[in-house]
Amino acid sequence: MTGTVEGCAGPGFGSVPRKEDGRFVRGRGRFVDDIALPGMLHGAVLRSPYAHARIRSVDATAAESHPKVRAVITGETLAARGMAWMPTFSHDVAAVLATDKVRYQGQEVAFVVADDRYAARDALALIDVDYEPLPPVADARRSLDEGAPVIRDDIADRTDNHVFDWETGDAGATEALFARAAHVSECDLVYPRVHPAPLETCGTVADFDRISGKLTVHTTAQAPHAHRMLYARIAGIPEHHIRIIAPDIGGGFGNKVGMYPGYLCAVVGSILTGAPVKWVEDRSENLMSTSFARDFHMHGEIAADADGHILALRVSVLADHGAFNATAQPSKFPAGFFGVFTGSYDIAAAHCRVTGVYTNKAPGGVAYACSFRVTEAVYLVERLVDVLARDTGRDPAELRMANLLTPDRFPFRSATGWEYDSGDYPRALRTALDMVGYEEVRAEQKQRRVAFERTGHGPLTGVGMSVFTEAVGAGPRRLMDIMGLGMADGAELRVHPTGPAVLRLSCMSQGQGHETTFAQIVSHELGLPVDAVEVVQGDTDNTPFGLGTYGSRSTPVSGAAASVAAGKVREQARQVAAVMLEVAADDLRWDVGTGGPEGGSFSVKGVPGVSVTLREIAMAAHGGLDLPDGVEGQLAASTVYNPPNLTFPFGAYVCVVDVDPGTGEVDVRRFVAVDDCGVRINPMIVEGQIHGGLADGIGMALMELVAFDDDGNHLSASFMDYLLPTAMECPPWELAATVTPSPHHPLGAKGVGESATVGSPPAVVNAVLDAIGVRHADMPLTPAHVWRALQGRPIRPDIAIR
Amino acid sequence: MTATEPVVETDVPTRRISVTVNGERRVADVEPRLLLAHLLRQGLALTGTHVGCDTTNCGACTVLYDGTPVKSCTMLAVQADGHEVTTVEGLGTPSELDPVQEGFATEHGLQCGFCTPGMMLAARALLDRNPDPSEDEIRWGLSGNLCRCTGYQNIVKAVRWAAEKEAK
Repeated sequence: MTGTVEGCAGPGFGSVPRKEDGRFVRGRGRFVDDIALPGMLHGAVLRSPYAHARIRSVDATAAESHPKVRAVITGETLAARGMAWMPTFSHDVAAVLATDKVRYQGQEVAFVVADDRYAARDALALIDVDYEPLPPVADARRSLDEGAPVIRDDIADRTDNHVFDWETGDAGATEALFARAAHVSECDLVYPRVHPAPLETCGTVADFDRISGKLTVHTTAQAPHAHRMLYARIAGIPEHHIRIIAPDIGGGFGNKVGMYPGYLCAVVGSILTGAPVKWVEDRSENLMSTSFARDFHMHGEIAADADGHILALRVSVLADHGAFNATAQPSKFPAGFFGVFTGSYDIAAAHCRVTGVYTNKAPGGVAYACSFRVTEAVYLVERLVDVLARDTGRDPAELRMANLLTPDRFPFRSATGWEYDSGDYPRALRTALDMVGYEEVRAEQKQRRVAFERTGHGPLTGVGMSVFTEAVGAGPRRLMDIMGLGMADGAELRVHPTGPAVLRLSCMSQGQGHETTFAQIVSHELGLPVDAVEVVQGDTDNTPFGLGTYGSRSTPVSGAAASVAAGKVREQARQVAAVMLEVAADDLRWDVGTGGPEGGSFSVKGVPGVSVTLREIAMAAHGGLDLPDGVEGQLAASTVYNPPNLTFPFGAYVCVVDVDPGTGEVDVRRFVAVDDCGVRINPMIVEGQIHGGLADGIGMALMELVAFDDDGNHLSASFMDYLLPTAMECPPWELAATVTPSPHHPLGAKGVGESATVGSPPAVVNAVLDAIGVRHADMPLTPAHVWRALQGRPIRPDIAIR
Repeated sequence: MTATEPVVETDVPTRRISVTVNGERRVADVEPRLLLAHLLRQGLALTGTHVGCDTTNCGACTVLYDGTPVKSCTMLAVQADGHEVTTVEGLGTPSELDPVQEGFATEHGLQCGFCTPGMMLAARALLDRNPDPSEDEIRWGLSGNLCRCTGYQNIVKAVRWAAEKEAK
């Protein structure tokens, strides 16, 4: 396969078809719930009906007497094994099964193991739990009130619901610029709680072998190696006795990074019964209890001079973390990478404070393609720029163009200390505005506004945009770790004697096409056909250690590792070729070729016709050739890639909506997306990633919401209420690319998977608010919310209206 | 031929049913409450049919029931007694794919692959009743099927690809 991409030519790269598809279109994928092991039992979780209640007692005797029940596990069962609580990714602990109190509706209280899943569910009804209801904290803004119920009384000396304070930027410099600004705009913004809702829920098959002491866990894990360490820490089984196998995963979107009680209960169930135990949650369990996303309550201020040059940003955030702080992110970054909130603009000073609080809700926060809170950062700045434009009577496109960083400023050190690697933002925005026909859309908008004012009828047209900078590829190990594990990732490449290769990786695809694109990287480096490279991921016994796939980190970290490992193999091949051709290694010239089965070749400089192919070298390297000292036989290499920096892909999005002012209904008419992720390994796959993220943006901006009532009842615990866009709500996406390579990445490639989810919600919101002429209203802009905003009374979406 | 695994144990009242699945007659003893999706997945080990929700919204479990797309999570196995069911495993043959399957692979209409079987069966049924659907008709025809990965665009293209191939 040969493909040429701007900035990177050669075999391997290009829109090659996916190797994954053959099995998936035949129904031959292998997802967790497809696994059936001999003697396998089934688990089900009993969940709390209360958001906050003391547990007086749990009586499981009736359940235990059910003829098909093999075990009932309660908090006491786990406490006896020291497993009632587990560490989280954020220096906190979370209850596995509640022992003292329940702290959110849907929390795990007991676990039944039975012969089949119907019987396991039946038996849940036989468990009698005596609860003493307590007042819940449902509203994050009330959580620090004097006298607010203390959620985490399990922590010694806890007297409030405060989790952390974190700040970034230079408060003094920011203050000084605000003091001399000609204009200051401010705005309160809620990025409401949403949920990644992968179509496949979380699940596991735990299989503890009593003879060998080995635990095998087939599970929905985006980070299998990190899971292995967690099982070792929590269950006390040494890591070499734990094998995590992540099979095909039906979407992750950040939902499947962390540890969930159901996984651990299945392990304990297997230990207690001696049989494999499967646990697969249903949708309501997934929405109620697994990692939510966002829930940032932000106050932003933006200062500008009289010419509309943005001087400074000042931000404070209240972050609702639920009952246990379990955000999955680098441990030194309690608010993730929210610090990139200065966005794509040349802003001299910025400051931000984030306060995290406990509430009676499920844990989470970092999920749903957020790149560690970059979704929130981009939403904040892109909304504030629109508010500034409105308040100062400027066109939002013109205001952005006047403030964007220009290409000559890179690498650019932001006011909060992030070093952006490369970018050409004005070109991306110009491309997007040209594609949408910005002037024409504005003219049409004006006509419709005039017609509406004359007749009182719609539709109203709005145009909104977002110029975002992402921060992906965590990350440099001295700065970034998860539970003490540095965020470097391994890769192992082995070329077999007859030429095909196997590449073993620590990342774990959940649909992003790694089996294809990582084979393309090896093909690009060694000239082998894409189909001659097998990619192995997800099995901790058979892959090198690394931190997994989330934060769009696979291409920046594992992609670089694959490239480096292939480069090492190429250099080893050079040494072997030198022996084969009886010349000095320095006299050999590499020709990557066209991707045929022979692979690339080494030829003797200045001697036409004398060369050996990679396939010949592979055989010789495994053969009887007498290799010099220091040249190992066989043909293989491994590496651990410690990225020097993140990659900073970017894009410019423009959305056009029509709003019916009578009903508040929004029709997304057009969505233009210009993305730049540097070199594109497989443009077809990149575009698919962007399409998916744009649908997320429509969903979050217009439909998706996890809301609670005052009693802490979860009001969005099924797809009846948690609305996801269908094919009807999504317009035909209009995509374009620019290519600004990452200078520090071996392939010039940046991550991209989360860009569209990060960049699109503000474009949609800006478009809707532009249509209805409202300064701000919070997501999701459902017909009811839009209609209320049109009446001048926007509502707060995250708590139920009485 | 019987199910490869007993679906339930004998101490619960069961009913013997006979369902033609992908052209093959299958007999199983099932609890009346057993969902068709679970009969297909656990009883008959046809795991291409997936379950993505518990409220009949997502369509990952879509199969053809006497040629009509149904959500098999919202049908009891006993209701399929005497009927014909087509699952993704019966959509094409391993060597010869249905044009819909080819279209999904060609147009990158799948990523994680979890919605794909149900989506393809809904598309198959759509093309059977409307061989030349417009983009709007495709979007409407697949609106009972949620996808979290693709943003739908390439799915629409995949269905058009299949329609055009079949028109030739």
